[in-house]
Amino acid sequence: MEKKKTMGLLAKQKAAGWLFLVLASAMIIVMSFYPMVRALITSFKTGSSANMVWADPINYNYKRMFQDKMFMKSVGNTFLYLIIQVPIMLILAILLAQLLNNKDLKFRGLFRTMIFLPCAVSLVSYALIFKSLFATQGLINSILMKAHIISDNINWLGTTSTARIVIIIALIWRWTGYNMVFYLAGLQNIEYSVYEAAKIDGANGWKTFWYVTVPLLRPVIIMTFIMSINGTLQLFDESVNLTNGGPANTTITMSHYIYNNSFGQGVANFGYASAMSFFVFILVAILAAINLKVGDTRD
Amino acid sequence: MTKNKKIKNSSAIQKRLIPTYIFLTIASIFSVFPLYWMVTAATNATVDVSRGKIWFGTHMIENFNNLVANTNLWKSFGNSCLYSTAQTLLCIFVCSLAGYGFELYHDKGKDILFAILLMAMMIPGVATMIPLFTMMSKFHFLNTVWGFVLPGISTPFMIMMFRQNSRNFPPDIMEAARIDGLSELMIFFRMYMPVMKSTYAAAAVIIFMNSWNAYMWPRVVMTDNRAQTMPMLIANLAGGYTIDYGMLMMGVLFCSLPTMFVFFVLQKQFAEGITGSVK
Repeated sequence: MEKKKTMGLLAKQKAAGWLFLVLASAMIIVMSFYPMVRALITSFKTGSSANMVWADPINYNYKRMFQDKMFMKSVGNTFLYLIIQVPIMLILAILLAQLLNNKDLKFRGLFRTMIFLPCAVSLVSYALIFKSLFATQGLINSILMKAHIISDNINWLGTTSTARIVIIIALIWRWTGYNMVFYLAGLQNIEYSVYEAAKIDGANGWKTFWYVTVPLLRPVIIMTFIMSINGTLQLFDESVNLTNGGPANTTITMSHYIYNNSFGQGVANFGYASAMSFFVFILVAILAAINLKVGDTRD
Repeated sequence: MTKNKKIKNSSAIQKRLIPTYIFLTIASIFSVFPLYWMVTAATNATVDVSRGKIWFGTHMIENFNNLVANTNLWKSFGNSCLYSTAQTLLCIFVCSLAGYGFELYHDKGKDILFAILLMAMMIPGVATMIPLFTMMSKFHFLNTVWGFVLPGISTPFMIMMFRQNSRNFPPDIMEAARIDGLSELMIFFRMYMPVMKSTYAAAAVIIFMNSWNAYMWPRVVMTDNRAQTMPMLIANLAGGYTIDYGMLMMGVLFCSLPTMFVFFVLQKQFAEGITGSVK
């Protein structure tokens, strides 16, 4: 009799455990997994949103994608931002974190807050701030003119090469402090005695950094690396608001191009856009697979 | 004697740190300047902004009045407040409930489910945008708070954060509460929630920031101007051929006020929130 009662209680607890997960799990299935399946189906269709038909041949959208020079350009741009911006940003972030993680340093809190401050504004806001700073009649030009470095206003955002540089500078500005916070959290987990031991062994600052700090921070470095790549692959707000993809779509990113194809003015190319978005998904999935493989050494 | 030595020693250390100070100062100026400029530009007329003025002006009220006259400022601000608050409350509730379930009632089946849910992390927003748009329009959720929040109520990142942090929740409390006759759900409300306050604060800050700053999804789901959010409003301001920089920066400033407030007041929670599951 007594035993039966406890069994009932345990079963009840078990049921409660599952009940707590139901809502969250159902929402992820309905709002993430199901749409992903829909996107795959849509990617094999053509036509406008209301009356879509199966594409003929069935892989038409995918074929079109690889022949679409503009899409390939957007892939190229996204990877260009990735390859240049991510390493610079992460090296800067780790360097700043290392400098700030010094007990003898004064105003640590102040420096940290100031470098972290760009995270207080939205992506749209900072894109617009940089757009204004680098406008033809903007502050950067007027400073350069006053300093007699240039004699004519530079059309920063109207020239492909400089527009790309501005996007990269803006990205570094916005995300360095963000990544620094991860490294600071990671550095705080390293015992001070580890450094003392390195000192006794005769390691100087750089040696300690390379052979002690970096290996210990490895999991955090991998994580920020993956996060940054993931974020850059999905770059949208900056491309839209800083350059609007211009001049002549030479700075457009993948997400921006896909958006233009699905919700741009007078365009509702859902089938084609879905095919391209599946390409982005595969890139991100490959990345996640690498992440799992490399990150496995953790724990 | 020892005190003297200590002072001497510390001044030698400070001397050695001079390059560090210089580097950090440059980095700080680089980080702060664009925002400082944004604030000054919001107080200047657009001609002064273009002329390269970097000090505060007297045009603040005019810029603000122009902004109110030319845009749906209050409406958009209200929308953003409503959407972000709704998303924050719903998301912390749903995800903390799940994180609690996954960690404290943990068994093999739940671990498998959790691993499956985590895969949603690699689904890019741009891929689900079209099906979600179709879904929302079918249910007449376009231009409503539901359209904004539904895709973001349950996120793997937040579930993971609560699950990870639930390890600090002592299971003994649960046993004691059960003996006292509390139901499983009541244990969550009465025991778990108060104990996990700091996790809730960090999660709330990060969700609020993210939903206030969201841009792509609101642009898709808010097809009506009257339903638009603050980031959409300022993005539209910069869309024209002639841009009133004073007014634009006033808009940017206005859009950034809530997040700046959160940043300065709750910086610790914010930093905890973004590093959430790094432990």
